[in-house]
Amino acid sequence: MSVDIAQFHQTFFEESFEGLDAMESALLGLDVGAADTETINGIFRAAHSIKGGSATFGFSAVANFTHRVETLLDQMREGSRPVTQDGLEILLQSVDVLRAMLEAVRGDGALPDAMAAEVQGRLETMLATDEGGTVESEGDPQAAPGDGWRIVFRPHQHMLQTGNDPIRIFRELAELGELNVRADTSKLPSLTALDPETCHLAWTLELRGEASEGDVREVFDWVEGDCDLAIEPLGRVEGGGGAVPVAAQAAPADKLPVQARPSAGEGGSIRVDIAKVDAIINLVGELVITQSMLGQVGESMEDSPHLDVQRFEKLRDGLAQLERNTRELQESVMQIRMLPISFAFNRFPRIVRDLSQQLGKKIELKMFGEQTELDKTVMEKIGDPLVHLVRNALDHGIEAPDDRLEVGKPETGVVELEAYHKGGNIIIEIRDDGRGLDRDKLLAKARSRGLVPDGQLPSDADIYDYVFHPGFSTADKVSDVSGRGVGMDVVRRNIKALGGNVEIHTEKGRGTTFTVRLPLTLSILDGQLVRVGDQSYVIPLVSIVESLQIRQRQVSAIAGKAEMYKLRDDYIPIVRLNEVFGDGSPYSTLEGGLMVVAEGDGNRAGFMVDDLLGQQQVVIKSLETNFRRVEGLSGATILGDGTVALILDVAGLIQRFRHGDPSSHASSGPRADQHNAAA
Amino acid sequence: MATILAVDDSASMRQMVAFTLKGAGHEVLEAGDGEEAYGIAQRKSVNLVITDVNMPKMDGIALTRKLRTLPGYKFTPILTLTTESTAEKKQAGKAAGATGWIVKPFNPEQLLATVNKVLG
Repeated sequence: MSVDIAQFHQTFFEESFEGLDAMESALLGLDVGAADTETINGIFRAAHSIKGGSATFGFSAVANFTHRVETLLDQMREGSRPVTQDGLEILLQSVDVLRAMLEAVRGDGALPDAMAAEVQGRLETMLATDEGGTVESEGDPQAAPGDGWRIVFRPHQHMLQTGNDPIRIFRELAELGELNVRADTSKLPSLTALDPETCHLAWTLELRGEASEGDVREVFDWVEGDCDLAIEPLGRVEGGGGAVPVAAQAAPADKLPVQARPSAGEGGSIRVDIAKVDAIINLVGELVITQSMLGQVGESMEDSPHLDVQRFEKLRDGLAQLERNTRELQESVMQIRMLPISFAFNRFPRIVRDLSQQLGKKIELKMFGEQTELDKTVMEKIGDPLVHLVRNALDHGIEAPDDRLEVGKPETGVVELEAYHKGGNIIIEIRDDGRGLDRDKLLAKARSRGLVPDGQLPSDADIYDYVFHPGFSTADKVSDVSGRGVGMDVVRRNIKALGGNVEIHTEKGRGTTFTVRLPLTLSILDGQLVRVGDQSYVIPLVSIVESLQIRQRQVSAIAGKAEMYKLRDDYIPIVRLNEVFGDGSPYSTLEGGLMVVAEGDGNRAGFMVDDLLGQQQVVIKSLETNFRRVEGLSGATILGDGTVALILDVAGLIQRFRHGDPSSHASSGPRADQHNAAA
Repeated sequence: MATILAVDDSASMRQMVAFTLKGAGHEVLEAGDGEEAYGIAQRKSVNLVITDVNMPKMDGIALTRKLRTLPGYKFTPILTLTTESTAEKKQAGKAAGATGWIVKPFNPEQLLATVNKVLG
């Protein structure tokens, strides 16, 4: 039968990448000189599995490379080679090479030939310095002399208990040629003394044919050491005292690996395609809507004149139960998508280690709350921004060891990563005990870039906030690591795109803390329902600042057309949603109208609505996949009564307003106006 | 047709072994480590055990040794999956009571040939 091996590749890749991650974090946890045997064993196992799999599935380059890694690890775990800084370094590089190789054979990118060759060279040099003695001895094949072989096979008494059956061996020999078997029963005890589980027989076998001595020995491969075996060419005169049995040496049994302790995260789990999970989440979303519809139908029956009270009670109980179960089901299903943030944190020990070496700084990384869970989609998108923030902390935050000693700080800087839940959000803090931001330098820079008009003094918070402006870097020199000023604005933009935000707290000489707040999931949203015309819309609660009734005297038209509202010390543009969406009749007066003040991308605007309805959690449906992308809307949801409510893209609407969309009123942004007015 | 217990911590290897053996008409029980395999072996009657050596919790050597203490596994063929680099592992397996070994890498045909050698 033929088996298509390619069908196992996907699983192989997945487990190999997991293995590499495990190797990496274990390597980073190893102490030079006092390496924990169990940790090394774990690393060895991972390498071993990758080697076995890659050889089996036909990725020989990967297998060859891993073989050397495995050899080095084997020597380390057997104690014949000390765990050195150098060794760890090479192993970490090997992990990188393997990752790149596997990505390449999977079809993502080119083989890292140059890197692989270099690391392989270093591995070989290291292995050559002290040969661990694992040279494979190939049995030298002997040519077959024409006639065949006489085999004297005398099993040791315990041989049957290894599961080896002489009859199977003979059967296999018979396939090599014509076989003649003669049993030697001389050692057989009397029936009463016979132990049926031991072997007392011996055999002399004559094999005629073309088989080589190597072929014959191979048949007895598994019983080597469990028998006396003599093989000699047929036709040769036997020497006086008969054949001297060649007793194979028993294997040293003292090198058995220590029994493994279960490592973290090895609990029972199954691998499921994310699309399947999403399908369930979608279905549960539909179920929630159906349940909510039924609930409303039930409520409306209460007013019916022909109500059967008893049956109605039953119906209501059932509906209440349905609601409870649906909610629990929804929570559990959402839970499937949740992963501990350690998946995103795992890479940081490596980054910090590499970077601090590169920067010549001493830095200790502390991580807290690694088990805090968040949605997989959010996790995937938050990885890069977090890396950027951590690199920044290392490069700009923490001072060089000498500088630290000079100001009376310990030589080793500390960077802390902490994650925790707060409300419906996950908070990630990146703290360093470095030099903090230089307020004066930032202000000077902001002025030179024209961000702050002369004579105006922004608050400290506003000044620190400038680090998130595009092209803003206070690094004196551009380093490899960061300081090119690209990034912090991207970091903030990416985090905002996830519906979160990032804040900065800093104290000169004491350190800086970045606080990232993210929603736990992207598929549910806390929304404020509003009515515009006869349509319902959802404004994300997170972006709402306040809601108020409009006073006409606060409204001023700037530049002829744009309507601005004076909100305390600020001017914000007014967005008439009825005109944006072409819904409802135009207002005769703004006085007394309802306005929701919302913030997006750091800009505020007032959204005119006809009515404020309830607040509720809504399941977000993508407009792109179900309909098409619509500007000003970030999605849609289905309400309990089955109607569709569109979800406002607050940041997008404000942006569009500021850029003078023809369908909107204002053509200039609030800040620009403010600055003009001030100037 | 025989009942075969396949033990490997690598899911892809286990899948391949199981798929191949099932294709040849055998019933295959799968375990991800020695402990799990030992549990299965105590509950079920198995004609052949194929086990990886390096595994978490309980490795293939320890599993072999423990299986041999069970009355039902005194003579059951036990094959270890080993790599060519671990020559001493073959012997360690044998010392623990293994019947023989299959050298990695192997392809499905080689696996079936070896299995047929010890069955029946």
